[in-house]
Amino acid sequence: MGIIPAHMTRLSNIFCLVFALLLPVGALAQGVDAASKTITLGFSSEPPTLNSMESTDQVSSMILAHVKEGLLRYDQHGELAPGVAMRWEVTETSARFWLRRNARWSDGKPVTAHDFVFAWRNALLPATASQYAFILYPIKNAEAINRGELPATALGVTAVGDYELRVELERPCPYFASLTAFMTYYPVREDFFRSRGERYAADAKDMISNGPFMLDKWVHGAALSMAKNPYYWDAQDVKLNRIDIPHMTSDPQAMFNLYRNNSIAMTGLTRELLGKAVELGYPIRSFETGAVYFIEINFRPERATSNLKLRKALQAMIDSTVLVNRIIAIPGMHPTDTLFPRWLKGVEKPFLEEYPPPVIDHSLKRARELMREYLDETGQETPPPLVLLTGENPLAVQQAQYIQYLLREGLGIEVKIDRQIFKQILEKMRAGDFDLVTAGWGPDYNDAMTFADLFTSWNENNRGRYQSEEYDRLVRVAQGTNDQKVRMEAIAAIQQLIADDVVILPSYENSGVYVQDPRLKGVVRSIFGGDPNFRHAWIDDSHPAAAAGATTP
Amino acid sequence: MMRFIAGRVLYGVFTLWFLATATFFAMHAVPGDPLASEKAVSPEIRRNLEARYGLDKPLLTQYGIFIGNMLQGDFGISFTQKNRSVNDIIREHFPISAQLGVLALLWATFGGVVFGAVTAYYRNRWPDYVSVVAVIICISVPGFVFAALAQLAIIGLNEAVGKDVLPVAGWEAGSFRHMLVPSLVLGLGTLAYLTRLMRSSMLEIMDADFVRTAKAKGLATTRIFWQHQLRNAILPVVTVLGPAIAGITTGGFVVEQVFAIPGLGRYFVQAVQQLDYTVIMGTTVFYGAFLIFLVMLVDILYGLIDPRIRLAPEKLRQKGGPV
Amino acid sequence: MSTPAYPHDWFARIPAQAADDLPVLPPESYWQGVWRRLRSNRRALVAGCFLLLVLLFTVFGSVLWPVDPAKQDPGILSRSYVASRTLPVAFPDAWQVPMVEMGEPVAASELLAPQGLQVVSATTDAVRLVWQPVAGATNYRIYRMEGRGKGYGIPLAVVPAQYTGYQDRLDVHAQPYRYTVVADDGVDESAQVASLSVTPTAVISLLDAQLQGLVPEDAVSTDREWVVDLPSHPLGTDSLGRDMLARLIAGGQTSFFIGFGAPLIYIFIGCLYGAFSAYVGGRVDEWMMRFADFVIALPFLLFMILLRVAFGIGAGESGVAALIVAMVLLGWPMAARLVRGQVLQLREQPFVSAAKLMGAPSYYLVWRHMIPNVMGVVIVSLTFAIPGAIFTEAFLSFIGMGVVPPVPSWGSLCNDGIQSMLVHPHELLYPAALISATVLAFNVLGDGLRDALDINLEARS
Repeated sequence: MGIIPAHMTRLSNIFCLVFALLLPVGALAQGVDAASKTITLGFSSEPPTLNSMESTDQVSSMILAHVKEGLLRYDQHGELAPGVAMRWEVTETSARFWLRRNARWSDGKPVTAHDFVFAWRNALLPATASQYAFILYPIKNAEAINRGELPATALGVTAVGDYELRVELERPCPYFASLTAFMTYYPVREDFFRSRGERYAADAKDMISNGPFMLDKWVHGAALSMAKNPYYWDAQDVKLNRIDIPHMTSDPQAMFNLYRNNSIAMTGLTRELLGKAVELGYPIRSFETGAVYFIEINFRPERATSNLKLRKALQAMIDSTVLVNRIIAIPGMHPTDTLFPRWLKGVEKPFLEEYPPPVIDHSLKRARELMREYLDETGQETPPPLVLLTGENPLAVQQAQYIQYLLREGLGIEVKIDRQIFKQILEKMRAGDFDLVTAGWGPDYNDAMTFADLFTSWNENNRGRYQSEEYDRLVRVAQGTNDQKVRMEAIAAIQQLIADDVVILPSYENSGVYVQDPRLKGVVRSIFGGDPNFRHAWIDDSHPAAAAGATTP
Repeated sequence: MMRFIAGRVLYGVFTLWFLATATFFAMHAVPGDPLASEKAVSPEIRRNLEARYGLDKPLLTQYGIFIGNMLQGDFGISFTQKNRSVNDIIREHFPISAQLGVLALLWATFGGVVFGAVTAYYRNRWPDYVSVVAVIICISVPGFVFAALAQLAIIGLNEAVGKDVLPVAGWEAGSFRHMLVPSLVLGLGTLAYLTRLMRSSMLEIMDADFVRTAKAKGLATTRIFWQHQLRNAILPVVTVLGPAIAGITTGGFVVEQVFAIPGLGRYFVQAVQQLDYTVIMGTTVFYGAFLIFLVMLVDILYGLIDPRIRLAPEKLRQKGGPV
Repeated sequence: MSTPAYPHDWFARIPAQAADDLPVLPPESYWQGVWRRLRSNRRALVAGCFLLLVLLFTVFGSVLWPVDPAKQDPGILSRSYVASRTLPVAFPDAWQVPMVEMGEPVAASELLAPQGLQVVSATTDAVRLVWQPVAGATNYRIYRMEGRGKGYGIPLAVVPAQYTGYQDRLDVHAQPYRYTVVADDGVDESAQVASLSVTPTAVISLLDAQLQGLVPEDAVSTDREWVVDLPSHPLGTDSLGRDMLARLIAGGQTSFFIGFGAPLIYIFIGCLYGAFSAYVGGRVDEWMMRFADFVIALPFLLFMILLRVAFGIGAGESGVAALIVAMVLLGWPMAARLVRGQVLQLREQPFVSAAKLMGAPSYYLVWRHMIPNVMGVVIVSLTFAIPGAIFTEAFLSFIGMGVVPPVPSWGSLCNDGIQSMLVHPHELLYPAALISATVLAFNVLGDGLRDALDINLEARS
């Protein structure tokens, strides 16, 4: 730089600083950058952990779906497709997978059957304390290992050479193939895992990928970045070079503002933001999350809700059509009267087309009749107050307030809203400290069983303690065979039982609305396998008008 | 003097202990289960988790371990960010809150002194009224409303200019553009407070005997203003800066949330919502220690400057009100 | 101190008529002076009057505007103004969507626009559309646009191609809509679309009318035409169709309850603590103040959140009590410090020494000198503590740790409103304006009070 006169030093330094601060104006990353094939996104939160054996949440699942690949994966139509495995076969007692030889880790080493054996055993170790260990339970001895009764080596999975995996099943599991697309089933390479110890997956450098992308930057709480993985076996099919995530905020309005400013490629909309997006002329899209929301009921005998007549009155009173169309008012949300969503497969056609849900008469008249019968039956003058447990989510609070109003005006029930943070809700549910609770269930795998076994007497997630021998029996029937016809008959009987016993008060099938940069194509929104998925995404730069549509309102 | 400093430090240590104890027991009084998760886990796994976080031990033992680890500067592992320690989280996120806070404080102090002096100088004339109205708006409009409005203003600006003059949200290490608007929004409240403080202190000084003497001597008005009034009026402002820094750095939740800034404040709110025991305790103790340290520093500095303080330390803190 | 060593009339009030003869200003007690000085401060006076109005609004508002703030009307969500109106009642009736056999699917580029798109019926309860089948369609996508906006608008549904009709019940307003129906091949949609504009007529659904007690539960549509009168909402409604004015009144009650309640309690406790500490003095004073300093050292907002969560809020509770307790636990030491300092300072004042010298009893000292002089500082700090408490409540409600719905407070109304700020600004505007104006008025009044209480200020000018 040469010599600067002493008296100038300070001043010039100040000037340098000022210029340095002003320089980057206009050099910001765009939501979609065709030249570098890069897209920019925002996340609602930081992934809590990217250790696939321990991850439980949406954000982690989305990232893992890009940086890792299981034996199978979901393709752009939401169907199962070959992943690391080229072929597979599943019988009532076993499953076999033949692995492709060109599947590689991001350091160039091959992905072998041992990587799966290691990951599955490790996830089941009691010391790992994985919350998703149960998803491995269809494998022989898995549950016993998870309870610490058997050593991990007893797991019914063996690597036959480097490229064949044999699995013994504990019980018939017709959907086992789809389980292997779930993140807990992703491979983990033992030598890499051991070399990182406690730090495994704590940072970008402590991770290794075998998926279409690899994590190359992770600034905690601030930014993530995924680059295309050159070693991925199908790399030529991956069109994006980079996915940048420099924004993390749970404020949907801030996220929408980023989209408006063309800083990110897509963002979800709340009901309020939807109105603004329509006003700005953005094309609106919607997608199904696959989750079903309902009001869970406490069946503990000391609770008023253990009375069937009262539950029937509630069932007649709460019409999910009004709730969804008026109170929630987000397009795509589907009011429902059953636990089973429309997308579930039946024998040949969708399950609900083959076995339509029971028709329920929602009317004030019917509800009040049932209420009077309940009061007569129990010898009460006025209905007892009910506690409605709910979370912080604005939508849930909104729903709770509507239910409160509805039951007060409709049935004269005083509903006490108990709004708590999530951990306290879980604790109160476990302790049975509620009558009603706004809840939801997201599917883990593509089979009706992911919903059906929720209310069995042995399921720890059955926090309302519904108990029915008939229900348990039907679930065992559906679990005991690979015959889809028998299974679906049993599921249909469960569906009827849920309505007759009023096990839950179903609300809606969840869906989301979002806006997406029109130049970005091929983004897959799927119920399983990490959402949204950019493996097949590409940037269509041929449409300058489309580009303008994203920026100017 | 050494005795005075030693006394202050000892006092600081005691305060810190009180803070840590209060935090620990408040935290453990919180109903709910930090290990609860959507998917219920088997009792075996639960026992493993409890052992991992030491929750299987009696409360007093846990307290002992907590204090012991704290003395070694170790706050444990986060409950939600499973392979990150609380120290990592503080180390990564506090500097961001601090940068934002220091910049906000810069605006607040500079703006406060200038507006305060101007309003006092032009007392009951239009610059006074304009500043008073501005200050009043800053004090009385909630910060979250300001933050949201500021974001809309940025979008409007960017659309008008046709390129990204300022980012709507987000954070890049060392990027002034990302800090500008959030720090302004963050500093507004303190700016208004300091303006009022400066104004009243200035008004008091303007009537002081030495100012009258200076006027009587026939000194130029500007010289009186700069040398006599401003210098002396600034003192109370300096006094409250210590608590103000802490107030600003711990008060950044909303700004950090709205502007997607990965500061420690946002982490704290998230941690509370997820009952992340270790992060909550670590963050609270850390912020408390930071605050105590600043107050201590100001005390000691003042003790060095003004010998009277050494004798009656209470007097000092009476001057600096809450921020 | 057993028997007074002075005649009692030494400290008796000088009779008023005697004062006329004195060659000085008419005697004026301290508080009379304060009142005179405050009256001459126009800004403070305006602020005081405004506060009085707001207080009256919140306390008596519910008498003048006796609308239930919890009453919902799903027919009018988030409106900025609703006039009173008379609406027919819409009884539920089953509508069979027309069905056809599905043909062999073709690609999106070969799909034509649906023909014969028409409205079967259009009310705010439901808009029913039918169209002719499109050969080769897999699904139909239905979009709805408000008014004349560009684009298709919101995607209402994707219906399988065997259905050639759709019933829209999604928050339908009595305003113009444009419906667009387009066929797809399962992945992409055709470029050929059919559009139709329609303005639904306003009705109220049977359930809504029944819940509001306007129609009996056994009403039958064949009896007669059911028509009901509905009230107006001058300040509009919120996102559950509740009256904004009633919510603002109820919210003000909560905010003021917390805003007055917490500071009054903690300043009272602080006064006792500080006065006791100063009175006892010595070691006890030192330790008591040390403890107060410990509490001051706790980071306020962090602990506010922590305590609010630690107290837990049970079912049906509003959360107001927990907020007040948390504020009291953290707020008292400031007042204690202030009062103690003031008492210590007063003790050294010449007029107190003079009174002591003249043998004034301690009750006289406390009553005549201590309380009035301390009172001033306490009142000023109260006028600043109240807006502080209102702000804290608003902030906590904003991050979801304040009062629990359905109890409104101005802070929680702001929090509700900020989510819909972009589309329905009125929901944020009113509560934010009320908070701002109230806090502002308290600050101005506090300034005025401080000036009025300061005798020296007047002497100087």
